[in-house]
Amino acid sequence: MASSQIKSYTVNFGPQHPATHGVLRLVMELDGEIVERADPHIGLLHRGTEKLIENKTYLQAIPYFDRLDYVSPLCQEHAFVLAVEKLARIEVPIRAQYIRVLFSEITRILNHLLNVTTQGMDVGAMTPVLWGFEEREKLMEFYERATGARLHANYFRPGGVHQDLPDNLLEDISEFCESFPSFVSKLEGLLTENRIFKQRNVDIGVVSQDQALAWGFSGPMLRGSGIAWDLRKAQPYDVYERMNFDIPIGKNGDCYDRYLLRIEEMLQSIKIINQCIEEMPLGAVITDDRKYSPPLRSEMKQSMEALIHHFKLYTEGFHVPAGETYTAVEAPKGEFAVYLISDGSNRPYRCKIRAPGFAHLQSLDMMTRGHMVADAVAIIGTQDIVFGEIDR
Amino acid sequence: MHDDDALVKLGGRILEALPGEVASYSVEHGELTVMTGAEGILKALSFLRDDSGCRFKVLMDICGVDYPERALRFDVVYHLLSLQHNQRIRLKLQTSGEVPVPSATQIFPAAGWFEREAWDLYGIPFANHSDLRRILTDYGFEGHPLRKDFPLTGHVELRYDDEQKRVVYDPVSLTQEFRSFDFLSPWEGTVYGATDDGKTEEGS
Repeated sequence: MASSQIKSYTVNFGPQHPATHGVLRLVMELDGEIVERADPHIGLLHRGTEKLIENKTYLQAIPYFDRLDYVSPLCQEHAFVLAVEKLARIEVPIRAQYIRVLFSEITRILNHLLNVTTQGMDVGAMTPVLWGFEEREKLMEFYERATGARLHANYFRPGGVHQDLPDNLLEDISEFCESFPSFVSKLEGLLTENRIFKQRNVDIGVVSQDQALAWGFSGPMLRGSGIAWDLRKAQPYDVYERMNFDIPIGKNGDCYDRYLLRIEEMLQSIKIINQCIEEMPLGAVITDDRKYSPPLRSEMKQSMEALIHHFKLYTEGFHVPAGETYTAVEAPKGEFAVYLISDGSNRPYRCKIRAPGFAHLQSLDMMTRGHMVADAVAIIGTQDIVFGEIDR
Repeated sequence: MHDDDALVKLGGRILEALPGEVASYSVEHGELTVMTGAEGILKALSFLRDDSGCRFKVLMDICGVDYPERALRFDVVYHLLSLQHNQRIRLKLQTSGEVPVPSATQIFPAAGWFEREAWDLYGIPFANHSDLRRILTDYGFEGHPLRKDFPLTGHVELRYDDEQKRVVYDPVSLTQEFRSFDFLSPWEGTVYGATDDGKTEEGS
């Protein structure tokens, strides 16, 4: 009798809360501590990226991609430059393809390190974050040496990459790859068999295969449910088809499986990086089609033609033939895609950014229903939410 | 990367199975585009999801595109993925923005937020959507920012008012007039399409 009079309880969670991985406002209806409905309010980080890109030349659009998912910048640039290359039919030198794959995989490790360790923090473990950030710092130094920036790299270009790698960088990356697996096993020592970590993650946020497909999941969220789907294998781009690596999949589709899967993906990335370093040929790193890539500075001192090309590229920008393409890459969080429409001018007519986190966060209501409030935090963590890409 | 012939065959098969819903198809850059109408979109989507030759079980994306010069000014574009056949498909329909497009949420739950986004940014209404609120823009936002006639600077700006002790909205005031540089030049004799400032190759 008394219980029928109890109304469910609405709680506003966020927008500023360390467990929301950014600015997420969650309106949750609770029955005691059980979540009955979760309504994510997003858009607090909306910057109008798509609108801005429509008003910039193709080259000026690249830096915006770093600022979407700011823990995996290069993978997103990758999607955009692949889309432009497809429309303009630009050939990419083989060395550039290797560099892009190499840095995409460094990016994947950067992203997974952050995700795995903050997942630990969300459920109460502080140490993994501190350890993980030390390794992340090493990787960001590689970023800095190749691109000049630790985070917002702006390195990939339609037709290749901006500049060649500096001396000794590959040796140092290779050294890092040797030490990294032992770091991973130390990290696993903190989390994998940890009683509290398991209690908070095993059987939490279980997603069945059908649910994962229906809700548009991709990346580790899809593989966690046992579907072996990876764009690097299924629809390979650049030199991924030459790479030997395995796709780990989960069995139960819970938070714990997705954690294990991300750990394994980091080790597979190391494998790809090693292979890239081994096989990378010498040669050009960007196309020599001067309609798309700038000439050397030294050339510009001598050649009128080169000067004109430089001037045209950095004022007017290049024109991309009219057409449209949906180009997707396997970003660390899932399928990141760019739907690019060109009208033949020097600016994109439409550049829709398909962020994996957008589809994942949408399912938060489905995933948290019937769980405790504290589990909602673990589920946000396992979805690998970053608001830069969701709010755009 | 993909086999164009397989896509052409798939396009033909879809056209055959859905003569009333599908108007035409084309394959470009290794991607299959199918043109449909707003009325038949749900039938087309459920066919694509369930047919054994299609099995497009994942709805990857829905987005709007604005062509202000057309009578039916908006495109709604659906991107589907078939894991089983490793194929992608793009469905396109045109709408005026006044007649609602049937919502795909009954077929693909993932459509919910993508349709909210298209509504928010383009003002394309969807019928039978259970929760068609704005999603990305601010609470109380007016207008649809990705329309081509919406100015890049927007209409209002935010500021903290010290007297009222709260954040207030003001009309945008630019200290310098908004400049849109036109770098298109007639030097190369290139034939440019009309740009957004209406320039053609003669007029520049």
